Amino acid sequence: MFDYETLKIVWWLLVGVLLVGFAIMDGHDMGVGTLLPFVARSDIERRVVINTVGPHWDGNQVWFITGGGAIFAAWPLVYATAFSGFYWAMLAVLWALFFRPVGFDYRSKIDNPTWRNTWDWGLFIGGFVPPVIFGVAFGNLLQGVPFHFDDNLVSYYTGSFWALLNPFGLLAGVVSSAMITLQGGTYLAHRTEGTIQARTVRATVGAAVVMVAGFVAAGLWLKWGGMEGFQITSVVNPAALPDPLTKIVVRSADAWWLNYQRAPALWLLPLLGVAGALAAAALVVARRTLCAFVASSLAVVGVIGTAGAAMFPFVMPSSSMPNASLTVWDSVSSHITLGLMLGATVIFMPLIIFYTSWAYRVMRGKVTEAYIRENDHAAY
Amino acid sequence: MVSEQLVDLSRLQFAATAMYHFLFVPLTLGMVWLLVIMESVYVMTGNVIWKDMTRFWGKLFGINFALGVTTGITLEFQFGTNWAYYSHYVGDIFGAPLAIEGLMAFFLESTMIGLFFFGWDRLSKPQHLLVTMLMAVGTNLSALWILIANGWMQNPVGAEFSYHTMRMEMVDFWAVLFNPDAQAKFVHTVSAGYVTGAMFVLSVSSWYLLKGRNTEFAKRSFRVASAFGLASVLSVIVLGDESGYVVGEAQQTKMAAIEAMWETEPAPAGFNVIAWPNEEKQANDWSVHIPWVMGIIGTRSLDKEIPGIKEIKAKNRERIFSGMQAVVALEALRKNRQDAAALEVFERHKADLGFGLLLKKYVTDVRQATPAMIQTAVDSTVPRVAPMFWAFRLMVGLGFAMLVLFGLAFWSTLKTNGMTQRPWLLKWALWMLPAPWIACEVGWFVAEYGRQPWTIYGVLPTHLSVSTLSVESLYGSLAGFIGFYTVLLVVEMYLMVKFARQGPGSLGTGRYDNDAHHHPA
Repeated sequence: MFDYETLKIVWWLLVGVLLVGFAIMDGHDMGVGTLLPFVARSDIERRVVINTVGPHWDGNQVWFITGGGAIFAAWPLVYATAFSGFYWAMLAVLWALFFRPVGFDYRSKIDNPTWRNTWDWGLFIGGFVPPVIFGVAFGNLLQGVPFHFDDNLVSYYTGSFWALLNPFGLLAGVVSSAMITLQGGTYLAHRTEGTIQARTVRATVGAAVVMVAGFVAAGLWLKWGGMEGFQITSVVNPAALPDPLTKIVVRSADAWWLNYQRAPALWLLPLLGVAGALAAAALVVARRTLCAFVASSLAVVGVIGTAGAAMFPFVMPSSSMPNASLTVWDSVSSHITLGLMLGATVIFMPLIIFYTSWAYRVMRGKVTEAYIRENDHAAY
Repeated sequence: MVSEQLVDLSRLQFAATAMYHFLFVPLTLGMVWLLVIMESVYVMTGNVIWKDMTRFWGKLFGINFALGVTTGITLEFQFGTNWAYYSHYVGDIFGAPLAIEGLMAFFLESTMIGLFFFGWDRLSKPQHLLVTMLMAVGTNLSALWILIANGWMQNPVGAEFSYHTMRMEMVDFWAVLFNPDAQAKFVHTVSAGYVTGAMFVLSVSSWYLLKGRNTEFAKRSFRVASAFGLASVLSVIVLGDESGYVVGEAQQTKMAAIEAMWETEPAPAGFNVIAWPNEEKQANDWSVHIPWVMGIIGTRSLDKEIPGIKEIKAKNRERIFSGMQAVVALEALRKNRQDAAALEVFERHKADLGFGLLLKKYVTDVRQATPAMIQTAVDSTVPRVAPMFWAFRLMVGLGFAMLVLFGLAFWSTLKTNGMTQRPWLLKWALWMLPAPWIACEVGWFVAEYGRQPWTIYGVLPTHLSVSTLSVESLYGSLAGFIGFYTVLLVVEMYLMVKFARQGPGSLGTGRYDNDAHHHPA
């Protein structure tokens, strides 16, 4: 059994893995949803696009649900504080996601253009809105969020939904949306051919450019834009029982760069973000679509890793009561629960990857208009 | 102090979204096994009508499943959005089964459902059957973990409060896993789901038989549904919640309320078949009382007493006084962790901490609690009797009505054309369609309303569990959920009715009435 300190770090990595898994797997579905109205015009084209993710979106969405459950189990105070604080943002995500299960399953069950068009836009909302909001949330985490605790650890959020939509938050939303569109674009290019594929390739290159530009701009903004990070100045005992009220936190201009100074190898992460996106764009143009998908997945690792590495050990810094900031050390579950959940993850994650891969293997190949016509009553 | 309106609205939102989710879950739980049965027959016999049955009922299953997924997402996140203090206070225990549910069950179910619908031409027959079975296993494991989480809310075993972290912490995962309350609940709940699936297939098949359409298809479906339904309804009734009765104090409180047992009777207690509970007088205005029956059912013995409401309240009054001391000592400890005197008092009264916290609804400093406040807190420890009493009887009554129906339906299938010769039975089966849904919803009402005033029985009062949101936010979100859910329900019902009416012809195989196949020009 691992000691408490190790488990705390392992769970920071595992939450990262779940977040990356979500962005790669559910992300490509959402990217396809975002692209749907633009790369597919006629009904049958739209059906081709929808059916590239038809058999998989439901399994992929579980990355989101399991991610929520894992944060609940491993970081209960983060789950409680973040989701209640970002109340309207969370509801916007949930309500946008409502459109997906019904959109996929109901859309083609009735042969009526208005009906189908309405659900297509529903699928667009379900694919487009959540990544934007997740990005905005990340942008706000980097700036600190206004919340505090009382003596009994009841959390109070004193910001508003509209305050989340500040310029840096919105920029992070653009990066996130472009990243997910890129992820969906490389996948869609891999599963389609002809006109749809050609349109998808153009959109994917655009997404890569926007993502790289936004990502670099956000980095420059953090460095020279007067944005302060957070830093613990008191002595931390990583093995201590979690209590977010016993440390001292200060804000300083270069705090988010300290980890990069300490471990220069971390610079590989932002590099991977940029290089992965550019490689994905080049590969998709060359129609090396599977490689492009791998490259854009690596870009996802790079981008999420960059933000995580900058903030470590912070998870949710507080702008109004910095000492109450939630960190990897003091917002976690008990030693027993962290160990137990690690065991469950080690057992089930390989199984999940195994049967998910099998499902993709069974359904491999291009989705074509002929396939839709042959399966008129069974396909989405 | 938290406003009562915020608590009420948060409860209303949770109740609305959870009960709405549970319109779809039971049908999924039950139909998935019917699909396994039908497809197994197809694989064994090679008769294509069984494949068509699997695919047609699967289509209706899918329409239902979509809304189950949609509404399930809300529940995974609503603990965080609306019950933040609850999430912090018990996340160490409660979060684990939810996360394991995702890892072990929901991933499996959701991945396999994609292959179930899209894999017919890409998988061999046994492979596809395996997919269907794994989908069924995933679905039912999912229910298991959710009910382990819920069972812990009713009977919080294997955990201890820590004043350092100000929350409950896991000490024994196996106790949480094998919580008798959770196990009893799991069997009862999934069986209720099986009944729901069986009733759905039975009712729709009866309708085809009444109309004389797709008779061969409908007769087979009717036969499978009646046998599966009979076994399931017996399981609901026999194995059901009965075993949950004797464990945990939450169940004692519930049982007293359900049975309108104000006084502790000498064992074995009598059973109020029907009564008119009067909350003010703490007595029944009148009742039809059968001696001995309750004691025998409730304790399976002739000499164990079942505590009545007044006895439960008297005991809880003592616990509230003890809990007040725990709260005061805890507050001192939060100010100074080294306060040895406070720690000593706290350790002595820790078991009653939750009861002391009940007073926080009325006063911030529990030392200032007046006798009237304490009396109100004592009275609040037992839920209102009349709603519990009637809701339980409605659930049980529907259960027995379904037992009779499935019994007759199964008996009618023993002769080749038994069911078609009895149109009254078919009509009855059709009209009973809503019964399992009503019973399921009412059952959840009994379980959750019956746990009040707690979210975690005896540990965390409901009014402390909420997020510190504004009342306006709650009005907004509640309106949003109700609006969304109403539209989605209308759409879902429309599609269900449309495809149920069209029948297996909607598969476009050319083998059934109302075939949907378009012949290309």
